[in-house]
Amino acid sequence: MSRRQVHLGAHFPGVNSTTVWTDPRSRSQVDLSSFEHLARTAEEARLDFFFLAEGLRLREHKGELFDLDVVGRPDTLPVLAALAAVTERLGLVGTITTTFNEPYELARQWATLDLLSRGRAGWNVVTSSDAFHGANFRRGGFLPHAERYTRAAELLDVARQLWDAWDDDAVAAAGAGETFLRPGAVRPVDHRGRQFTVRGEPGTPRGPQGHPVLFQAGDSAEGRDLAAREADVVFTAHSTVEAGQAFYADVKGRLAAHGRTEDDLKVLPAVTVVLGDTEAEARDRARHVREQQVTGPAAIAFLEQLWGRDLTAYDPDGPLPAEDPEPEHVSVTRGRVRHHRDPAALARQWREQAAANRWSIRELVIAVGDRGGLVGTPSSVARQVDEAVQCRACDGYILVPHLTPTGLDDVAARVVPLLQERGVFRADYAGPTLRDHLGLGPARRPTTAPADDRRLVAR
Amino acid sequence: MPPTPLLGVELSDAGAHPAAWRLPAADPGHLHDPARWVSLVRAAQRGGLDLVLLPGGLGPADVDGGVRGRLDPLLTASFVAPLTTGVGLVPTVTTTHTEPFHVGKAVQTLDWVSRGRAGWEVAVSRSPEEAALVGRKDVAGGALEEEELWAEADDVAEVVARMEDSWEDDAEVRDVATGRFVDRDRIHAVAFEGDPFSVAGASITPRSPQGRPPVVVRADSAAALRFAARRADVVRVPAHDLATAVAHRRALHRLVAEAGRDPEEVALLVEVVAWLGPDAAERRDALDRWTPTNTNPGTVEHVGDAAGLADLVGAWTGGRDGGAGVDGVVVRPAVLPLDLDALVDDVVPLLRRRGLRPTGPPARTLRGTLGLDRPASRYARVPATAGGAR
Repeated sequence: MSRRQVHLGAHFPGVNSTTVWTDPRSRSQVDLSSFEHLARTAEEARLDFFFLAEGLRLREHKGELFDLDVVGRPDTLPVLAALAAVTERLGLVGTITTTFNEPYELARQWATLDLLSRGRAGWNVVTSSDAFHGANFRRGGFLPHAERYTRAAELLDVARQLWDAWDDDAVAAAGAGETFLRPGAVRPVDHRGRQFTVRGEPGTPRGPQGHPVLFQAGDSAEGRDLAAREADVVFTAHSTVEAGQAFYADVKGRLAAHGRTEDDLKVLPAVTVVLGDTEAEARDRARHVREQQVTGPAAIAFLEQLWGRDLTAYDPDGPLPAEDPEPEHVSVTRGRVRHHRDPAALARQWREQAAANRWSIRELVIAVGDRGGLVGTPSSVARQVDEAVQCRACDGYILVPHLTPTGLDDVAARVVPLLQERGVFRADYAGPTLRDHLGLGPARRPTTAPADDRRLVAR
Repeated sequence: MPPTPLLGVELSDAGAHPAAWRLPAADPGHLHDPARWVSLVRAAQRGGLDLVLLPGGLGPADVDGGVRGRLDPLLTASFVAPLTTGVGLVPTVTTTHTEPFHVGKAVQTLDWVSRGRAGWEVAVSRSPEEAALVGRKDVAGGALEEEELWAEADDVAEVVARMEDSWEDDAEVRDVATGRFVDRDRIHAVAFEGDPFSVAGASITPRSPQGRPPVVVRADSAAALRFAARRADVVRVPAHDLATAVAHRRALHRLVAEAGRDPEEVALLVEVVAWLGPDAAERRDALDRWTPTNTNPGTVEHVGDAAGLADLVGAWTGGRDGGAGVDGVVVRPAVLPLDLDALVDDVVPLLRRRGLRPTGPPARTLRGTLGLDRPASRYARVPATAGGAR
């Protein structure tokens, strides 16, 4: 039995505290040249795909724009369309919310991207429910949390019907026929559901992949169910082997109920990477990255999220506040997901940790915010990646760089060749589409069933 | 306004004639092929044209008997952008159904990926078919009301303009000493409250190379013309003769002045459907037998040789001697790529010889091509150099 193959994506450095902008090598997070650099690096290394997150509103902290992290980014789909022009094989994956879009418009845009990229489009399907983001949209923040997934599932159902409404070879040959389209090659959609009513003949031809590859990232039970039912790739944050194996077994265990097998859904955690010539050098570099990420003001802002009040009077290099967090859970940060169920208990725990280790505020934040990631020499990182895939902790990783846009240059140059030597990563692309790179079968396309049954099968 | 007339081209489907796809030269099997769009826009670039218009509504087609199925125009323009230079890229963006916030960041992003060559043609969707596909608006009452559609487009244009200005040019400070990536005092909330939508925050996208990518409007109704007078940098109109074009120019200038704007800053382009080459009349007759086009008498057609089209451009754009005094022409090639290639290779050299095309290299941005300055953000209160510390 051959070794399980590793799948790798390249995450464009985001608008978050992971991305280090104070480094002199840091360049624009908006200019096309930066996107092009990371995409070309990823394609030369034969990575599966490029990954781009979405912005819907600038983050706020204590009622003002949060100004300590990278902020400002372009729109996801036009950037991916531009990258389709300057790459040939790399998958192009982007996050788009289902909450503030209509299925027809999304189906049309994703079919366009799949056509423009000749079959390389991937959609990371997310949901949003809060009124903060909703205030930028007609629909506002109207959806209760639980209905996010109901809407997402129905939206995907409608999108699939729209993509499947066109046959692959719908255009009649040579224009000699009586009509531009082969008769019967495009069928109208007639969907009347709880969330959407969509009727008519869709306006965009079917993309080469049929459906874009679908990514999904929810970690709740509903999110895992949605992934098992609908997604081709699930994007997680479980970066340790044990947590990864538990998640992998859980989510893949849900597939059989939907008539799917282990290979139909790839589990790809997002992970940061720091390399060194020795293990000690890699650890020093990782420590240095954490120090750059957590400046004094950033450390105070991090504590304010838990304490729910202004803490700027505290010295980031001094001890933690003796006072307890606001008893009522007050969220001072908007536009970022943080769930602290018991702020007082967590604050006590942090104070104890800091006292035991003689940590300042900044040192504590550096320690508790550390998500680990892959740290080591190129050969140890290659071994960690290979082993995690062989022991079914995951099917590969989405690599998250610290630096825009050169943060994956060394991984591409030094780690990928070692994975190729191990026989677990492709030396060249086997096919033209993202579906090919990920080893996924053809898009599920239950078009032989009548319209009503089609919806049942798609669920 | 630039010293020589503007010359744009509309690239739609297989050409302006609905039956153009029936000619083998139109290569109908590849109309949705990305390489075709690159090749067409590069032809426009080869001819030094000022802008390409990429039209297209949300539905499968505009005309019976024509091509069905289209790519999203803004994404197509974004795809073509890195592979072209010089020529302005103007996709049609329908404001009737799409969230204004999505429209704003998409237009700004096209400007980023084209390095300052973006424009957008604001359009409304009158079609009950498109409304049924999107499903958000109740279409039980039949066609949507023209006045309401353009009033809504006006709100969308206002939101987009505020988004484009919401980041001042120097908002990103990257101040290592204080740890601040941006100066939050230079980023401004859109704070638009209207009916039927509100948009609260600033754009997620920093100010783009042109600041405000030009707004193009096809003024094919009175409501569209009034919208254009308030919002457009470029207005294109169908006209079937010189007298109509002159009337359009007068009406537009009056409305622009009434809107408190300088008529000199709004370019008026007249559309010409072009059939070029020795077989032009023959092709037109053959295609009209499939799909008659005399139902659309509003647009002038030129059927014939390159010199004739050059004469027509001269006559329409000439200010004196009985000319119509419009600022330029949008050529709609009847069959692509035939009539586009003939425009570029045969008509443009004649126009150059007659001093009707610029002789130097193209401007770096579409605003530059149109002779428009890069505007300051409406929110900028102090000169960029005076700021710094808060």
